[in-house]
Amino acid sequence: MSGVLLEARNLTKEFPAGRKKKVHAVSDVSLQVFQGETLGLVGESGCGKSTLGRLMIRLLRPDSGALLVGGDDVTHLSEKEFRKYRRQLQLIFQDPYASLDPRLNVRDLIAEPLRTNHTCRTKEELTQRVLALMEDVGIPGEYLYRYPHQFSGGQRQRIGIARALAADPELIVCDEPVSALDVPVQNQILNLLKKLQKSRGLTYLFISHDLSVVRHISDRVCIMFLGTLCETGRVDDVYQNPQHPYTRYLMNAILVPDPHHRTDRIELLSGEIPSAVDPPSGCRFHTRCPYADDRCRREAPKMTDAGDGHLTACHYPLGNRPGDHS
Amino acid sequence: MVSDRSRKIVREYEEQQKNAVAGMNASSDGSALAGKDAKEREEELKREIGEAETFFTLMRRLVRENKLAVFSAAVILLFILAAVFAPLLTPYSFSDMDLMNRLCAPSSAHLFGTDAAGRDILTRLLYGSRVSLLTGVVPTIMSMLGGALLGVIAGYLQGIVDAVIMRIADVVLAFPSMLLAMVIVYMLGDGLVNIFLTLALVNWASVARIVRAQTLALKETEYVEAARVIGVSRTRIMFRHLLPNCLPTLIVLFTLNVPSAILTESSLSFLGLGVQPPNASWGLMVNEGRQYLYNAPWVSLVPSIAIMLIVLAFNFLGDGLRDVLDPYQKK
Repeated sequence: MSGVLLEARNLTKEFPAGRKKKVHAVSDVSLQVFQGETLGLVGESGCGKSTLGRLMIRLLRPDSGALLVGGDDVTHLSEKEFRKYRRQLQLIFQDPYASLDPRLNVRDLIAEPLRTNHTCRTKEELTQRVLALMEDVGIPGEYLYRYPHQFSGGQRQRIGIARALAADPELIVCDEPVSALDVPVQNQILNLLKKLQKSRGLTYLFISHDLSVVRHISDRVCIMFLGTLCETGRVDDVYQNPQHPYTRYLMNAILVPDPHHRTDRIELLSGEIPSAVDPPSGCRFHTRCPYADDRCRREAPKMTDAGDGHLTACHYPLGNRPGDHS
Repeated sequence: MVSDRSRKIVREYEEQQKNAVAGMNASSDGSALAGKDAKEREEELKREIGEAETFFTLMRRLVRENKLAVFSAAVILLFILAAVFAPLLTPYSFSDMDLMNRLCAPSSAHLFGTDAAGRDILTRLLYGSRVSLLTGVVPTIMSMLGGALLGVIAGYLQGIVDAVIMRIADVVLAFPSMLLAMVIVYMLGDGLVNIFLTLALVNWASVARIVRAQTLALKETEYVEAARVIGVSRTRIMFRHLLPNCLPTLIVLFTLNVPSAILTESSLSFLGLGVQPPNASWGLMVNEGRQYLYNAPWVSLVPSIAIMLIVLAFNFLGDGLRDVLDPYQKK
């Protein structure tokens, strides 16, 4: 894999929640996205995945930490200075029903990034570009002047993808792009994303709570828990040989459609996720972790390399035992 | 393959449109058959890719789908024509008194009767529509433009800009509007233009409030966030995403503000600050008939009905426009 395209260094974002209280949405997260890869970002609802995704394209400003695009620190640039990076970093939204302006037709929707970046000189050129993009994402050119509500969820998501592509980006953050769609359509969209990645050399940061979808599409994967990363590594390493106890619980939660796989061995977590307003001290997972001791309660673990780019934030990683999940 | 086809269709369609003018010239040279053929093909292409929305396609849909709105537009047009051609439509003068014929009931000589000074009410109604239509529409448009612009700026930028604009709006809203209007007219002096300004200055604040509230809701939507990801400028987000999505509200506000402006003008006239007698405005006429309501009801009734008609017409037209402009209604 080639160079680092996007890097987060110790990003932290907190949102005010009532008087003096804060939601610790993202705490001290460091992350590298390499050129041309798909990096999956997995975690349960409310763990800060989407916030991290928005921080990574600077749609939100971090409270502390730094964001680097191709090695340039863009954390403190003004909106105007950031404009030339803006084009490179695009976002595909989760809800294709809310992310398209109902008052614009397909042509204007897809043309918006082209107009903003002054890509086309004439109206005809613009129309041609829009039609080419529509073809790339599989929307028939006949629908040029239709409005978003006339399309199905999958088609709308394709329009959203075309809009992201129109900016000619390096990296696209896919924020749960298929979770609002039904399964056959999910597949079509995932395959479309893969195809586009191949033909355009795109890099994806793929956010999802669906472990099988992430496994299907990602090269590397990050597991997130309550605003922090617990584990990062190549998909097969993380899925088959989880190092962090939380990751193993996640993998146990995958249901396998195989009657022989039914075992009593499956361990599932009990209790609730701790609140992000008042996160536990030390390791954020210690309240639910069977292996936790005093050190975990006192001291937040650092990301350490278990070998081969497989990083874990745990004082007592599970080691190279055979995976609990095939 | 699909795209090649659609691209070809678009190219042909654009050529067709360019040739449309030439085609019309050609058909006068006797090649009507070719012209018809071209027209048919154009129709076919249009069916294939649909067409972009223009003012004319909107109007065509309005005519096709909402007869009531079209009828209302016709009523408004009729009133406008009556106002313009008032001197040609009536033999009477709007100001000369005829004390022998005070408070005549409607008859063939005076279709709507006469008022306390013996003036023909139809004549005064026609002349009065000049003032009333203008005071209904012009200041409303002024206040809507100003209010919408300030409202969307306040709502989208927030911070100090928001605070300044909205505190000024609060001050305007805190005064009884009649009192404020009187003060402004006193300062500016009477005259139609000053009345326009006065009404606009009194009404912009409520428009700004409503548009700001809507902007606050809309700016949190994902499509505005999406526009920000793309790098669309703030001005463009305001004009292209926020204001168009406020449009239904603005149209409803317009249909509510037109009658209220007509009525405010009549109140000002009643207090001697608006149109000066013997000139006529509908509001003034309603007030003049007040004392004779029992023995000569037509003096007040006729201008009241005129106000009601124009208000209804604006309401129906507004409804029709809102439906036509709503993308969800499109087929």
